[in-house]
Amino acid sequence: MAGIVELTLAQLRDGLRAKKFSAVEVADAYIGAVEKARDLNAFIVETPDLAREQAKAADARLAKGEGRDLEGVPLGIKDLFCTKGVQTTAASKILKGYVPQYESTVTSNLFGAGATMLGKLNLDEFAMGSANITSHFGNVKNPWKRKDGKDLVPGGSSGGSAAAVAARIVAGATGTDTGGSIRQPASLTGIVGLKPTYGRCSRWGIVAFASSLDQAGPMARDVRDAAILLKAMAGHDPKDSTSVPRPVPDYEKALTGNVKGLRFGIPKEYRIDGMPAEIEKLWQQGIEWLKAAGATPVEISLPHTKYALPTYYIIAPAEASSNLARYDGVRYGLRVPGSSLDEMYENTRAEGFGAEVRRRILIGTYVLSAGYYDAYYLKAQKVRTLIFQDFQKAWEQCDVILTPATPSAAFAIGENQDDPLSMYLQDVFTVPVNLAGLPGLSVPAGLSAEGLPLGLQLIGKPFDEETLLRVGGVVETAANFTARPGA
Amino acid sequence: MSLDQATVARIAVLARIKLPEADREKMAKELSGILDWVEMLKELDTSKVEPMTSTVEMVLPQRADKVTDGGYPAAILANATEPVRISNTEEAGGFFTVPKVVE
Amino acid sequence: MIIEGKTGNWELVIGLEVHAQVVSNAKLFSGSSAAFGAEPNTQVSFVDAAFPGMLPVINAFCVEQAIKTGLGIEATINEVSVFDRKNYFYADLPQGYQISQFTRPIVSGGRLVLDLPGGKTREIGVTRLHMEQDAGKSIHDQHPSKSYIDLNRSGVCLMEIVSEPEIRTPEEAGAYLKKLRAILRYLGTCDGNMEEGSMRCDANVSVRRVGTTEFGTRCEIKNVNSIRYVMQAIEYEATRQVELIEDGGTVKQETRLWDVSKGVTRSMRSKEHAHDYRYFPDPDLLPLVLDPKEIARIKAEMPELPDAKKARFVDQYKLTPYDASVLVAEKEQAAFFEEVAKGRKDPKLAANWVIVELFGALNKQGKDVTNSPVSAKALAGLLDLIENDTISGRIAKDVFQIMVETGKDAASIVEEKGLKQVTDTGAIDAAIAKVMAENEAKVAEYRAGKVTLFGWFVGQVMKGTGGKANPAKVNEILKAKLAG
Repeated sequence: MAGIVELTLAQLRDGLRAKKFSAVEVADAYIGAVEKARDLNAFIVETPDLAREQAKAADARLAKGEGRDLEGVPLGIKDLFCTKGVQTTAASKILKGYVPQYESTVTSNLFGAGATMLGKLNLDEFAMGSANITSHFGNVKNPWKRKDGKDLVPGGSSGGSAAAVAARIVAGATGTDTGGSIRQPASLTGIVGLKPTYGRCSRWGIVAFASSLDQAGPMARDVRDAAILLKAMAGHDPKDSTSVPRPVPDYEKALTGNVKGLRFGIPKEYRIDGMPAEIEKLWQQGIEWLKAAGATPVEISLPHTKYALPTYYIIAPAEASSNLARYDGVRYGLRVPGSSLDEMYENTRAEGFGAEVRRRILIGTYVLSAGYYDAYYLKAQKVRTLIFQDFQKAWEQCDVILTPATPSAAFAIGENQDDPLSMYLQDVFTVPVNLAGLPGLSVPAGLSAEGLPLGLQLIGKPFDEETLLRVGGVVETAANFTARPGA
Repeated sequence: MSLDQATVARIAVLARIKLPEADREKMAKELSGILDWVEMLKELDTSKVEPMTSTVEMVLPQRADKVTDGGYPAAILANATEPVRISNTEEAGGFFTVPKVVE
Repeated sequence: MIIEGKTGNWELVIGLEVHAQVVSNAKLFSGSSAAFGAEPNTQVSFVDAAFPGMLPVINAFCVEQAIKTGLGIEATINEVSVFDRKNYFYADLPQGYQISQFTRPIVSGGRLVLDLPGGKTREIGVTRLHMEQDAGKSIHDQHPSKSYIDLNRSGVCLMEIVSEPEIRTPEEAGAYLKKLRAILRYLGTCDGNMEEGSMRCDANVSVRRVGTTEFGTRCEIKNVNSIRYVMQAIEYEATRQVELIEDGGTVKQETRLWDVSKGVTRSMRSKEHAHDYRYFPDPDLLPLVLDPKEIARIKAEMPELPDAKKARFVDQYKLTPYDASVLVAEKEQAAFFEEVAKGRKDPKLAANWVIVELFGALNKQGKDVTNSPVSAKALAGLLDLIENDTISGRIAKDVFQIMVETGKDAASIVEEKGLKQVTDTGAIDAAIAKVMAENEAKVAEYRAGKVTLFGWFVGQVMKGTGGKANPAKVNEILKAKLAG
């Protein structure tokens, strides 16, 4: 049943409940699709046997009328989520072969809602990157092609998740977003990506990159699917001290299509120098769509926007340098022998970490070191406060903020790689959202001159994912984005 | 802010990442580039600003003093290089091993 | 203590850092057991072993224990404190960082009153108390080329208690540790067992010429596992530093290890790396905010602590400050004493018996009041017999010895052995008459003025009664009879 993989997650769920097809049939259809799309290198590990086994259990529940929210829905899981009994690597050589004996809270929630798992999706090593070119397990290809036919990056770090959702080889996927790692690849692959409010999804069992910024979220074909997935992923977790004890609303119900009277902010500082005309145009288009739906645009100012990226590139590496200290060859993962303990550490970590990860650990180590802490780390934390306050002031004027998701469409492997900084600029629109802990949604809104997808970003108030999804749904309907990769 | 090679070597030792001498210059250049760029934060007067560690606005949750975890040495040692088990049963204790440390 | 060097006199500047393992069921940030002595790595969770994605959640009871201890040293409890990461690599530090408190500890600015010889006291400031995770254990003697790592202790809650550098002698250092240990034990926040490592002490030692005020370069002596060794190590280290300086050398700031077998301190090779701990607030945790009502509740439930108890003993039982400080050194000792002294008209007698006889006997047997062969009730029974003249103090010592050996109570021993004091004047009269009849010459000498013989007569009469005669009665009757 080839048609199965064409269905949205919501349609799939409804079809399973209506017994139009079985969960095993769904699993088989997807397993076949995964096999056919191996050229994308979206998966690090495929788990077809597990998917079928879970599908059988799902069918048993569905037969009894006990199907849960995601019963029998096959998902791809970013290989940053620890999965019990299934290799989890964070796309790093240092964790190659590592098999967790525990299940992350988010995947546990998803399986608890009846989802099945097709495998572990590729990413940038330790989620550090914006093009999925730092994985130890190879680059991921974007299913979309430019007119020159060159292979394009899917964005990152959740590049495998984005490529898999865009190529319709999973019904949905998990991602994580520290500085844009859900929204930027979603934008570059024409799918919906939602980074929830910090504290909405548990971080327990997710390989940490930067603890004060990391947040898991759904990557899906449309806004409704993202809403369904978020409901299953989110929730308070007493095992995560930063998880917020708030009830999880039924996000799907928020998709009313009604944005009448809503005020949406347009931050003037997001009109950055050298922004491509097509991005500017798309943004303008978004404003027109929302106006047409009855919402009111408000010019707002987020004056510290330009400081967000440098702030991020101090805070994230600092936290990462500490978070990644546990990969030392002692208890799990790679060990490269050495004549002393220190030599074993140094050999293991030099060989186990790729170039970008090493670079960020060193930067992070430096900015925390004696004599530099105040000038870099403490300064960045203070600027973070200013960025946070920018948004707090903005909420006095508007209910949601509309911006472009990325400064460009997908680029070819090898482009933007002359120096680390040019790649870092990919996250210019997404990073402030992480620094402020806010929810952000990327919605596909149009095509570039090269025929590549472009996304718009919506930024919401803390824990107001409902408004975000509602407005996202309106943009989605107006954009009527029907283009497909490889079409 | 430009980093010299000696500083890069010192950071690499702190981070326990072997950095061959031949790679130091390139790394120093890359790190200096990033540090030059973040210098822009100095434009801002933050003397009256509190640093932000977390965006979560709640107090630290606390748990009860109950033993709810542990007791699975086999799982703890399952992914280790050359662990030493006292016996082969699931519950038996065992050690991680590292190159000998001289104190 | 002043060290008399070749070039003049030197004084010691000592600061102590005590790591006290908090008494709790579970670890500070994970739910695995904090109990001592299990098989290696059996009390380890994925959190303690720092597996990918694991997160800390704080144990409320550990927080309460830290507050209690802070109140016990009369310190300020900070309503907001912060957990920081202290970053360094070591085989038994799984996270690659220790969660500790650096800039904002939970407790700051306390004090301890040292009990010194002769009943003197001296106050030492406590800079701070903070909470942190313990590391695991490295075992170096199991394999020729490997160290073994056991993480059972990894993540157990420690309180690091830091003194001001106000301690001046090894004896004061010992008194500081004894007082701190007593407070911890009174509060039940740490068992204070230095041999098992649940209380560990690092000593910062430097020397300076008497009369100067600036500090010399200090050395840190790590993890010495008894109070006696701490005192020895300080003395050795101070002398070493004086000799080094006087010989034209300079003290290098370093970490040194106390070598018990050789009685020396030596440089620690594994700590040679210059440290740069890169402290920063742990982003996995939020600031620890305490409810003032909660602090007030804990304060209201505080038990009587050694200093207060000592003052009360002096006041209520009229003990000397020295005796009182000996008794309050351990909570159980003080309670034992109070049970013996309860309702007694001469509580000082009880103090003497507890301190001299009981502690002497316990010492010989390597026991303490908690497993004493003579219970407080039994000792009280013995003292009752002394106080109501059933036995003399001298006989009581013999009875006590039998009590220690057999565990029997005093009354039945006295009964069995017929040790009851003879107060019956008839029997005493007969014994005196017998002695006088057998020693007529001595009686004559006495009556001629050699009154110093009186003591000899008393001795003979006591002998004749098997020591059971009431000495006061013997004195009284004998005096009259000898007078003729």
